[in-house]
Amino acid sequence: MSDYRLMRPQRDVGVSGYGSYIPMYRLPGAEIARVWSGGGRGPVKEKAVAGLDEDTVTIAIEAARNAVARAEIEPGELRAIWLGTESPPYAVKPSSTIVAEALGAAPYLLAADFEFACKAGTEAVQAAIGLVGSGMGDYALAIGADTAQGRPGDDLEYTAASGGSAFVIGPAENAVATLIASLSYATDTPDFWRRGYQPYPSHSGRFTGEPAYFHHTLAAASALMEELDMAAADFDYAVFHQPNVKFPMRAAGRLGFTPEQVRDGLLSNEIGNTYAGASLTGLSAILDRAEPGAIILLVSFGSGAGSDAFAWRVTERIESRRDKAPKVSDYIERRTEIDYASYARYRGKLQGS
Amino acid sequence: MDPKVVNDWRLRGQRYRLEGEVCDHCGESIFPPRDICPECKEPAKTPHTLSGRGEVYTFSTIYSAPEGFEAYTPYTVALIKLEEGPIVTAQLTDVAPTDVAIGMPVEMVTRRLRTHGDEGTIVYGYKFRPLHLGQAAD
Amino acid sequence: MRDVAIIGIGQTSVDEHWGTGIRHLMLDAGLSALQDANVDTIDAVYVGNMLSGEIAGQSHLGALAVDFMGLEGVEAYKVEAACASGAAALRTGYIAVASGMMDLVLALGVEKMTDTSGRETTAALAAAADAEYEVSQGISFVALNALLMRRYMHEYGWKREDFANFAVTAHANGANNPNAMFQRPITAEAYARAPVIASPIGLLDASPVCDGAAAVILAPVEYARTLSPAPVKILASAVGMAPLAVHDRKDPLALEAAITSSQKAYKQAGLTPQDLDFFELHDAFTIMATLSLEAAGFAERGKGVQMALDGEITLQGRVPIATMGGLKARGHPVGATGIYQIVESVLQLRGLAGPNQIPGARLGMVQNIGGSGATIITHILEAMGS
Repeated sequence: MSDYRLMRPQRDVGVSGYGSYIPMYRLPGAEIARVWSGGGRGPVKEKAVAGLDEDTVTIAIEAARNAVARAEIEPGELRAIWLGTESPPYAVKPSSTIVAEALGAAPYLLAADFEFACKAGTEAVQAAIGLVGSGMGDYALAIGADTAQGRPGDDLEYTAASGGSAFVIGPAENAVATLIASLSYATDTPDFWRRGYQPYPSHSGRFTGEPAYFHHTLAAASALMEELDMAAADFDYAVFHQPNVKFPMRAAGRLGFTPEQVRDGLLSNEIGNTYAGASLTGLSAILDRAEPGAIILLVSFGSGAGSDAFAWRVTERIESRRDKAPKVSDYIERRTEIDYASYARYRGKLQGS
Repeated sequence: MDPKVVNDWRLRGQRYRLEGEVCDHCGESIFPPRDICPECKEPAKTPHTLSGRGEVYTFSTIYSAPEGFEAYTPYTVALIKLEEGPIVTAQLTDVAPTDVAIGMPVEMVTRRLRTHGDEGTIVYGYKFRPLHLGQAAD
Repeated sequence: MRDVAIIGIGQTSVDEHWGTGIRHLMLDAGLSALQDANVDTIDAVYVGNMLSGEIAGQSHLGALAVDFMGLEGVEAYKVEAACASGAAALRTGYIAVASGMMDLVLALGVEKMTDTSGRETTAALAAAADAEYEVSQGISFVALNALLMRRYMHEYGWKREDFANFAVTAHANGANNPNAMFQRPITAEAYARAPVIASPIGLLDASPVCDGAAAVILAPVEYARTLSPAPVKILASAVGMAPLAVHDRKDPLALEAAITSSQKAYKQAGLTPQDLDFFELHDAFTIMATLSLEAAGFAERGKGVQMALDGEITLQGRVPIATMGGLKARGHPVGATGIYQIVESVLQLRGLAGPNQIPGARLGMVQNIGGSGATIITHILEAMGS
């Protein structure tokens, strides 16, 4: 294996603008435990829950508006809008066209939805890097957003959350973070799936751990670091897919990262697992505070299974852009706690409603 | 086919992003588009997207909803006076009815307005929420 | 232009008419008006109605009406102006007779609202508003009025309880009207306790969903006396218009169309508000009654509520309103309401209003509001004596 594993576009690209959105409702893990276990706590403190009038499209629209505002471009400059999600409001009909119209970016652009469980968002980032990096267009918008559902009473219900982030990929000359290189890793590993017409996903229990999450995350991350000849200590920040708190912390430790490097991008204890939005929202939170020159490792994981790994270098432009839209912390602080009954209503779990 | 599908589609610019018009003669902002300036009565067809910032002029919380909106009760509707001048009728979102007041600053968001049943389309459009996240922009 | 008079009236009770469909409601009211006028031929029938297409799936009401009333060959069509459809039908008849094109006209208002569920009826009524920019936002007709009421309370410092007397007065008067939907008085306490439909509007601020039909026969004044023992002359017929959507009105609390319509009517009749013995206004909601009193010149801006608090709107007051129960207690079968208002006014002017008779009533004004105030039609009536 040598450097053909690494992916680098023909022209230098980066993140021109980034933005996130997290719904305001929070369901504490203790509330789920009260209903299903007679008490106790869950693997995360609480999770973000979409309201009655929210879905993946509305989450994507607000995140995208924030990203475009920070990119300081006209929406019409976008040549692609790709939305990665496992919870599109329509089974057939693109979500991305709705986002494009809402931004005022239509009609001269590509628009499609990507599906690869929790890495659909970074898959869209890779595609956007390819489009901009090849010179086909100057700007492309990649979004990861979900309103993930866990079966009532299942372990996943504690973490399956709503939220998303959007990234305008553009030329390095207009980047708040330039791309150093990326690398992708995919195998056929059925750790988690949802068949058509089923409201809730199924998973293969502990098989989702070592053979799925850890294998792909560690393989992608270590291959990227190896190809770039970089060690954990060369990065200022690292952000991983975060289905809970434990997994990304353990993966980081095995790769040699300290908890300090991971802390700013680890949000699952506050908002749960936002699936395709999870690792991207972690990156967004890091960009909200990173200094120019900081180097960031981003590694996603999607069941099924695969990981995308990226190395980014923050530019001076970040200082003038980050205040042009609400930060991840603004959304996390905007918090209204709900009980299980309201959650059941908001997320369509009441029969006959 | 629900007859609303085409109607909703025709209005996507207005619904999704508050696309109105501006009068080239007197500068009046116009929403919804009416192609004739309500102020100076001259033709006004220049598209103009409104900022989405405004304040609550008046509001009402609906407990008995018309067909198609039952799943959302109670919800609050309001007249929003936009900073450019026009007043729009819209729902407020992400706010408890008891926290709404006349004069409250708000900003536009795009949300689900309704669905046409389980098999029909999903209608998206403008709603307004308290301007607590807006401090960052501009 | 010829002067026009009302020579006959008819009405069904306002009720939930489970056993009677729209055609029989029209038949009952229409035939009793023809009988009251003592005529058996007619030149034209104009039917005021809003919801027949949406609720009964029945358009083309004019043809249905003459067919089932046995008025073969008589021209007929439906007139629609939302809740002002009744007055619009009357005005269409007025224009026809005044012009000399028609001699005898039947103006009929009918509405059948109870065949659908509450939420379906609510949705159908909302169609009076702007479908693309009001209704699409989930607004109900009640909520549009609630928006006005909230702003009114905010601007002028009134509390919800201050509006109670509009409902209390209407119910007191409805108690003596055998055709009223609600024939029982209510208290201010009951008003205050009523459940909220769309804040700040509660159940007892609002007129009820119901069924009914009412009809009048119009004839030239020159023949009226030979046909009727107590004809009533139409002194004024005037329409005011405002933007369809509340949000498009420069001054939403001004009820601009009512100002225009009333001023035109006063001018036509050569009268001032002080000359009138009563005012049958459109109290679909207590806020509408308030705004109407102000727009018609009976109270200053922001002071309409004071008239209710001071008892000026009762049968003994300075400006009696809702003399037979109004929309609140008689009921508001929307497209029929404008004709019910006329029928009741004619009873007052004939001296046949029973316990609710305003002594010596000679001049009355009637105002019918379409939607939240986009179409407002005012008529002034005068007793011609026997």
